[in-house]
Amino acid sequence: MTTTAMERANGTKAQSAMTRGQRAPRFVPRVDIAERGDELLLMLDLPGAQPDGVDIDFERGTLTIRARVQPRPIRPNLTPLYCEYGVGDYERSFVIGDEVDAERIAAEFRDGVLTLRLPKREQLKSRKIAVRNG
Amino acid sequence: MLLNRLFPSDPFNELRREMDRAFGAFLPRGAWSCGVEAFPAVNVWEDGEALFAEAEIPGCSMNDVEVEVVGNQLTLKGRREALQGEGVTYHRQERGIGEFTRVLTLPVEVQSEGVEAVLKDGVLTITMPKAEKARARKILVKAD
Repeated sequence: MTTTAMERANGTKAQSAMTRGQRAPRFVPRVDIAERGDELLLMLDLPGAQPDGVDIDFERGTLTIRARVQPRPIRPNLTPLYCEYGVGDYERSFVIGDEVDAERIAAEFRDGVLTLRLPKREQLKSRKIAVRNG
Repeated sequence: MLLNRLFPSDPFNELRREMDRAFGAFLPRGAWSCGVEAFPAVNVWEDGEALFAEAEIPGCSMNDVEVEVVGNQLTLKGRREALQGEGVTYHRQERGIGEFTRVLTLPVEVQSEGVEAVLKDGVLTITMPKAEKARARKILVKAD
């Protein structure tokens, strides 16, 4: 069945369902992981991502970063000459041990780089336990 | 390498990229040598009036990048610093640091005075109006 025959059979709703089903290409961003003092730093290259389209989830020790990137045609009706990279959403996950304090994770997005600061959990202070004469 | 960028989440590309990275480690550590690819990757388009180039240079601000156009050559230069400060230990480094230079030969000559470059969220967009003689011109077909 050609596409037009399918469209006619299913109506315009199926057409939009088909386009909705096509996912934007998904890219794995490069990351630098560093440690500085009491915190872990993750720097991810997310050029072209929208600052409010970045989702950071920390669940069960896994940190997942997803960023939405809108296609950015410079002008309509351009002829491509050179195509060295594609444009699409970013996604990457990291398994972080429980030495990170999830409540205090901070994120900053500037110039297409997402910097995550993961402070290490404060060590449990050691306590002296008094022995009672029972 | 083109396939690398068009289908990046393909497992075979992961393997290819790991191999590139493994061999890249033995090459002299020049700028941005996160593999054996040229940096930055560039997309170029055209219409009748102008050429448009786009490159992804995350982590560079306006002061860190230079764009030069001479005749039909476009030069992109820039730098990105590593984390400064004491007591910084890197566990993983995939993003390149240092200086980069890339020279592209354009298919037509452009007017360097009319070139505009915009940098936003790590994406550099360059608009280059074509030189007069390179512009498309409509040719009237006359009836004989």
